[in-house]
Order: sequence, then C-alpha cells, then structure tokens
Amino acid sequence: MGRILAIIFAIFTVALVAAGAIHKSSTATASTPEAAVQSLLADAKARDWQGAYSYVAKASNADLQNFQRDIQGRDASLRTYSSIDSFQTRVLRQNDDEGLVRTDVKYSTAVGPFYDTRDLRVVREGGNWKVVWPVQKEQTVPPQVIPVNYLRWDIIWRGANDDWGAQDVESPHVRILSMHPTERDNSVILMGEVVNEDTVPAFVSVGATLVGKNGQDLAEETSFDKTSHVLLPKEVSPYRVDFPGIKLADIKSARMKPDSMLVPASADPVIGVLHQRVEQDAKGHTVLRGELLNESGQTVNIPHVLATFYDNSGQVIWVSDGYVDRALQPQVPQPFAVDLRDELASQVHTYRVTVNQYSLNRQE
Amino acid sequence: MRRISFWIATFVLCWVAANWAHGAELRIPQNATAGQSLTIGAGAGGTLYLVGPGQVIKRKVQGGEDVQISGDELRNAGRWIAIVRGGGGDQSQVFWVRPGKAENVNFLARPSRVPVNKPGVISGVAFVFDKSQNLVLDPTKVNFSLSVGSAHAEHTATSSNGVAWVTSSSAPKAGAAQFVASLPDVQVRRVIEQVASDPCNLKMKVIQREKGKVTVETDPVRDCTGNAVPDGTIVTFTQTDSTGRSVVDARIKKGIARAQLPAEPNARISVASGVVLGNEIRLGGGQ
Repeated sequence: MGRILAIIFAIFTVALVAAGAIHKSSTATASTPEAAVQSLLADAKARDWQGAYSYVAKASNADLQNFQRDIQGRDASLRTYSSIDSFQTRVLRQNDDEGLVRTDVKYSTAVGPFYDTRDLRVVREGGNWKVVWPVQKEQTVPPQVIPVNYLRWDIIWRGANDDWGAQDVESPHVRILSMHPTERDNSVILMGEVVNEDTVPAFVSVGATLVGKNGQDLAEETSFDKTSHVLLPKEVSPYRVDFPGIKLADIKSARMKPDSMLVPASADPVIGVLHQRVEQDAKGHTVLRGELLNESGQTVNIPHVLATFYDNSGQVIWVSDGYVDRALQPQVPQPFAVDLRDELASQVHTYRVTVNQYSLNRQE
Repeated sequence: MRRISFWIATFVLCWVAANWAHGAELRIPQNATAGQSLTIGAGAGGTLYLVGPGQVIKRKVQGGEDVQISGDELRNAGRWIAIVRGGGGDQSQVFWVRPGKAENVNFLARPSRVPVNKPGVISGVAFVFDKSQNLVLDPTKVNFSLSVGSAHAEHTATSSNGVAWVTSSSAPKAGAAQFVASLPDVQVRRVIEQVASDPCNLKMKVIQREKGKVTVETDPVRDCTGNAVPDGTIVTFTQTDSTGRSVVDARIKKGIARAQLPAEPNARISVASGVVLGNEIRLGGGQ
C-alpha cells in the first residue's frame, strides 16, 4: 500500500512539474481576427507581455520592449499609472487574409477611466491570425541645452514673532468672468471662466452652492479637476461644477465662491496648443483635436487639457476636459482630443484650449 | 467762662476725633495714571490689596502710613479696587487708572498689494497705546504718510477712542510704497506694494519667419500709466488658419511676451492678456 502511494505521489509530482514547465507557445494561435485581438488584449490585461506579444504580427515592426512600453506607458505618463480594465471588439471587415477589428479599451487610471479606440488590422501569418500593432513611434529629442529662465514666485509668510499689526502677504485677487447654468444628463452644470487679476500666482478653486425655491441650500460642489487650479497673473481658466441628480427647475439661485490662495509657482513650462480643430472621431462623435507642444526643457508627465466652447454671443456653452496618456517630451508635438457634446457642435462658434500640467521633477 | 471752656473742649475733642477718623480712612488720589507712581493712605493699617485689570498688588501697611505704588507696578489702566483688611475693620474703594501718554502705535495697513491709480483702496488704521500697552482714549494726533519714489502724501488724523484711520488712493507709479504712522516719539512703517494694472495698448509684431514657424513678440507691455506689467504675466497669442487654431499662453519675460506659432498662409494672429485685447495681424497680408 505504501509503495502504491509513493508511486502515485511521484506521478502526481511529475505531472505538476510538467504543467508548470509548459509555456505558451511563441506561435500562439487564434482562429479568427477577433479572437487574435481578444487574446492579445486579455494577455496584456493580465500583464503577460510575452503572451500578448505572441499575437503581434511581424509586420508591426515592433519588438517586445516597444510593444510593452506602448501599452504600459513610459516617462511617468498617465499610462504608467493605469491598467486595462475591460475591452470590447467588433469586426469591421474580414476576408481570408486580413481583417479590421475595432477595439474599445477601457483603462483604469489614477484620474478615472480612460478610453482608447483603435481599428486594428489583423493579418494571417503562417496560418495564424496576428495583430498588426501600430506602436506609436516616440520621437526622441536630440541632445541639446534649452535655456529656461522664467521667473518663479516664492513667498515669505508672516512670522510668529512679527508685530500683530504687521500685514501678511495679500491673497491673490481672482474674479469670475462669467457663469452659465445648464442642465445635461439629469445634472445641473454651472460653467464659465475665472481670471487671476493679480500680479502673483494663485491657487484657485471655484465652489458653488445651489439654493432651492424655498431658500434652502440644495447642494454644494466644487470644480475639482474641471479647472486649472494654478493660475499665473492674468491667466484665464474655464471651470465647470456638476450637480448630479438636480434639476434646473428646482433652483432659485446659485452662490459662486471662488477661493484663491497665494502659492509658490513657476512660469515654466509653456505648452503651446497647435492646430486645434473640431471634427468627427471614428465613432462619428464630435471631438476637438490638436497637438500639444512642450516648449520647455523638462518632460511634462501628465498633461490635462481643458477646452472652453463659446456660442456666437461669446457665452460659454460647454467646458470639456481630458487627460493625455502620454508624457510631453520637450519640443515634441503630442496629439490630444477632447469630447464635445454632439448636440452642441452646431452652436459652437469658437473655442479655447488651456493645458494643466503635472510633472514629477518640477519644484513648484 | 465755664460754658466757653466746655465748647472749646468739645471742639478740640471733635477735631481730634475727626482727625483720627480721617487718618483711619482709605485715601486714593483721583488722578491715578498707568505707569506713574501712586500714593495711597491706608488708614488704620492691615493688608492692602489693589485689584485691577489682570493684576493684583498686595502690601502690609502700618496704621497711618502711606503706601507708595511704583509706576512699574501700576501698569494697567482701568477700574481698580483698593481693599484694606485688618487694623480695626475692612475698607474698600473703587478708583480708576487712566492710560499714560501715547507712546506706542500699532498700525494696520491694508492691502499689502494694490494696483496703481485706484482711488481709496489703501486704508491705514492706527491704535494708540501708552508704554504699558493701554489704549489711549484721549484724542491724539497721528500722522500718516504714504510715499513711493518721489511722490509723497501726508495726512494727520485725530484718534477717537484710541483709533485713528485714513484712506488713500494708490499712486500712478508702481513700486513699494512706504506707509508710515507716527506719533512725536515713535513711528511704524508698513510696505504697500503698488503693482502695475491691466496691460494697455497691447501690441505685437512678427519678428521672425523660418523653418515653418513664425515668431511673434509684443512691444514692451505696460499699463495705462506707463508701468511695466510684471514678468510672468500671461499673454495669449491665438492664430487661426486653414489647419485650425493654435494658442500659446506666453509669459512676459523682461517686459516682452514672445511665442512661436506654425507658419501657415493667410493666418490671423491676435493677442490678449486677461480680459484685455491687443492688436491683430494677418500673415501674408497687411496688418
């Protein structure tokens, strides 16, 4: 009996070792273009880069490292703080040798979900379907010295030993230029623009309180990330405050509360927003596209784009924002796109884009 | 003769009794001043307590002796109570200590930073105190002066209940204004930073076109009274062309804002700072 048990355990051990030693074949197989894309994304979601790369076609001209960096991100960009949450695929067209699959990938990021839509070409390679993964070629900046001599603002606050009458440094003066209420998707939305009228930088937060018909406060919210918080002198930023689940008809008035605080800041970096245009995306939705150009010498890790849309009377009719999931290298243009509500597209007369930036190595 | 002697004896007895009674009374001068010495007649003697605002003084006294309270001890103005216990009975008396002469000023100047050429935006409030930090309630003349560069303005205000105040306009010239409140023997200085106001007559021009880029630059950016707008101020250049719209939020550096935009034919470039619009130029055409 003991010998039989020993033999059974030996066979079981060998079987386990064999199972553990089995690796996915470097020539993974997929029976359809859609299956190839799904397998690639499933492996990428599981961070099995080797497995995901096995579904990449040779025509992609991408090595494993570039492929991994393309999905996982680099330079401390938003993509590096994200992971694939879910994906959907749809075959747009297919023949015996080639197919086109639309993929909608939802990433979970540090700032909320991020959606990426790509139309992936899938080709037959040696009897298997492989995905032509378009690795985004990252431009590299040639070695150079970029002189940056923008000023910084530092602050000396009032000390504990100062005379009680000694004044502290004044908070910056900010002003709300406009406020426009609207109701969208079962939410009341207050939006407009705020300006730093002062000669020093300001950390600005726009809060709002809705007052009901009976004079009682209904809700209180702030603009959170739907505004630029650090405003340099004379800088104008849009703001948007959302009140979910409240109807405009229930509101008597709104109290706006722009708070400002003096903060140390740097006038660097300057980010240009080039070639902005409103157009349709692959799904037929209206988007505002353009390119960001980091004119400074340091990498901007996470750019945040804020777009303000105006009607022909100059009134703000929508404020939209979006994070760019790739870092801004100095002097290298980076495309961006932010949504514009389709029903508002015909009313948009003009628009303005501003850029927030979050950089790891920058001292504010 | 007997009757006369009787009346004289009665008078002498009364006088002695009155004198003795007066000597047993608590005697406090009515013009006590903070920071100045005070003499108190403690009557029949015992223990003298002086209870004032935030302060208590205790003395053992012999009957008929006066008690000297030094100016350093009598610091706080206000309502005091003198109490004598022992020596044949307890006595108490309320007396008031007035503030001493004005020797200190606390000065609140607001705001610490203000745009130039704005009427009535600067306020100065002076609180007048004696050397023991008692608020001097008697009317006192306080001199206020505000100067930036060679411009100088002066105003005298009389305090009411210890407070004197003045309002002033900001000067047309930017700079650190010295705001001084002074008494004859003391002055307190605050700095009001007078900064340039909104840009005025904002103008730009193309200074370079090469390699698919056009460089635009403003003239020195100044406000309407000629002060240079501070470096770091945002100036927005907006170019509209056939490829769309390009925007650069440039910072003023050494008085000038500069931006590089894509060189596109028939482009229209405008400039603005805050809510102030500047000129507009067309590339490939006249300004």
